[in-house]
Amino acid sequence: MTDLRELYQEIILDHGRHPRNFHALEHPTHLAKGYNPLCGDRVTVYLALDGDRIVDVSFDGRGCAISTAAASLMTEVLKGKTVAEARALFARFRAEVTGGETVELPEALSEDAERLEPLTGVKAFPVRVKCATLPWHAFEAALKGGLEGDTVKTE
Amino acid sequence: MIDVRAVRREFPIFVNNPNLVFLDSGASAQKPRAVIDGIAEFYRSDYANVHRGVYQLSARSTDRFEEARATVRAFLNAADEREIVFVRGATEAINLVAQSWGGAVLQAGDEVVISDLEHHSNLVPWQIACQRAGARLLVAPTDATGEFDLGAFEALLSPRTRMVAVTHVSNVTGTVLPVENIARLAHRRGAMVLVDGCQAIPRMPVDVQAIGCDFYAFSGHKAYGPSGVGILYGRYDALAAMPPWQTGGGMITSVAYAGTEFQEPPHRFEAGTPDIAGAVGLKLALDFIEGFGREAIREHEAALTDYGVDVLSRIPDLNLVGGGQRRLSILSFNIDGVHPHDVGTVLDQHEVAVRVGHHCAQPLMDKLGISGTVRASLGIYNDKADIDRLAKAIEACREMFLR
Repeated sequence: MTDLRELYQEIILDHGRHPRNFHALEHPTHLAKGYNPLCGDRVTVYLALDGDRIVDVSFDGRGCAISTAAASLMTEVLKGKTVAEARALFARFRAEVTGGETVELPEALSEDAERLEPLTGVKAFPVRVKCATLPWHAFEAALKGGLEGDTVKTE
Repeated sequence: MIDVRAVRREFPIFVNNPNLVFLDSGASAQKPRAVIDGIAEFYRSDYANVHRGVYQLSARSTDRFEEARATVRAFLNAADEREIVFVRGATEAINLVAQSWGGAVLQAGDEVVISDLEHHSNLVPWQIACQRAGARLLVAPTDATGEFDLGAFEALLSPRTRMVAVTHVSNVTGTVLPVENIARLAHRRGAMVLVDGCQAIPRMPVDVQAIGCDFYAFSGHKAYGPSGVGILYGRYDALAAMPPWQTGGGMITSVAYAGTEFQEPPHRFEAGTPDIAGAVGLKLALDFIEGFGREAIREHEAALTDYGVDVLSRIPDLNLVGGGQRRLSILSFNIDGVHPHDVGTVLDQHEVAVRVGHHCAQPLMDKLGISGTVRASLGIYNDKADIDRLAKAIEACREMFLR
């Protein structure tokens, strides 16, 4: 049962119940949807970029506690980052939750990586890893597709 | 009365996982020793390809395969063994009818009627068949309680109705559909009737002649048999009027470059080497079921369903989904404020195995305005203690998310 507390840490439950930046952006420059056919969860990630800096980021949709908390924490750490920094954080996060090779981050981003740390409890629950990475994949699709981003699917 | 402790000893999975509460038989049932060992023994002693060899071993294998067909006939009370087609599962059975029968019969302007409780496997094949023919797919609704609405269904029928395809027992809500009445009303309009019997076959008596359906489909793996084998029952004259579906070896009488002559049913629809050991395993599974008697199994599971409804109804924030007046062996629910996926993970940590998600019934989820449910489904090996463990794990879940 200790594993369960690793997965549903207090901060995850809090962000799951009270997600931050949970709304559509009025004037996004980029957006994309993520869809998990396994559970029907949907998330839309909205970005407002100024040059290569993310000046605002938000999301809406419906999902489980894990995907909601993952999206919420993602929006918190991405705000104000450059696209390159954001991609580095995603690479690190993905490696952490899927058990891939550790990705080194510049010192300036270590605090953000730490804020995402509570989500790495999904490692012990392989079927739930996609819940945690779905909003990040939607973010990546938004970066690539502008306002015409493809819907990313986990399956 | 079914002695659940004795039943469990017949299932090695419970011997090897003594603390497991398995409440996902609606997705696939566990396998009794008689099936597991019987398949191995068949491979050890009697296996060869069927309908081919002149040697004794092949004849013996063919006998075992055809004996399985005879068992299925008796199990369904079909009139004739030639009405029993071996397929991969219910999905393949329905695709066979939708493509072979549908391809030959459906015309522009025709109508196919399904219910709003259908599994995708009894929906998508008809959707595609209708698109190809320019026919319309109509959906008969359930009422607010989750009961099939026979009056609304009758109102949908017209001289344009060619096929009525409905499930016998809903895999989402456990609702038992009045298939005899559905078949009678459909036939009065001259329509054919297909019943998806996946959830009914392992837990209640099924008599295709009493139902009066033209087709009945089920999968072996939900009936304590192996996966990869299933049955299409078709009334003989209905099958005989249908063109071949998959073609190749085993389903022909003669082949020349100028053309091919096909076998009569059922072999016309059994192209290629079938799942021979699967058929043998299915026979053993049906024998296993008959050893208890389907009436006894239904009583056992119905009593447990009632107990489950009673226990779950007492849990605050828990909403049972649909079900209507007749609900059998399936308890679908949601907990306010907790996503089904999170419920499933917590239950799993308590070694309670349930299914979460849309259960291959997305249009039904849309109608109910939910993204999914938690589904506990029962089998012959479940008892009240399993329901109590489920309730306890739900409590732990509420504790974690709603405190």
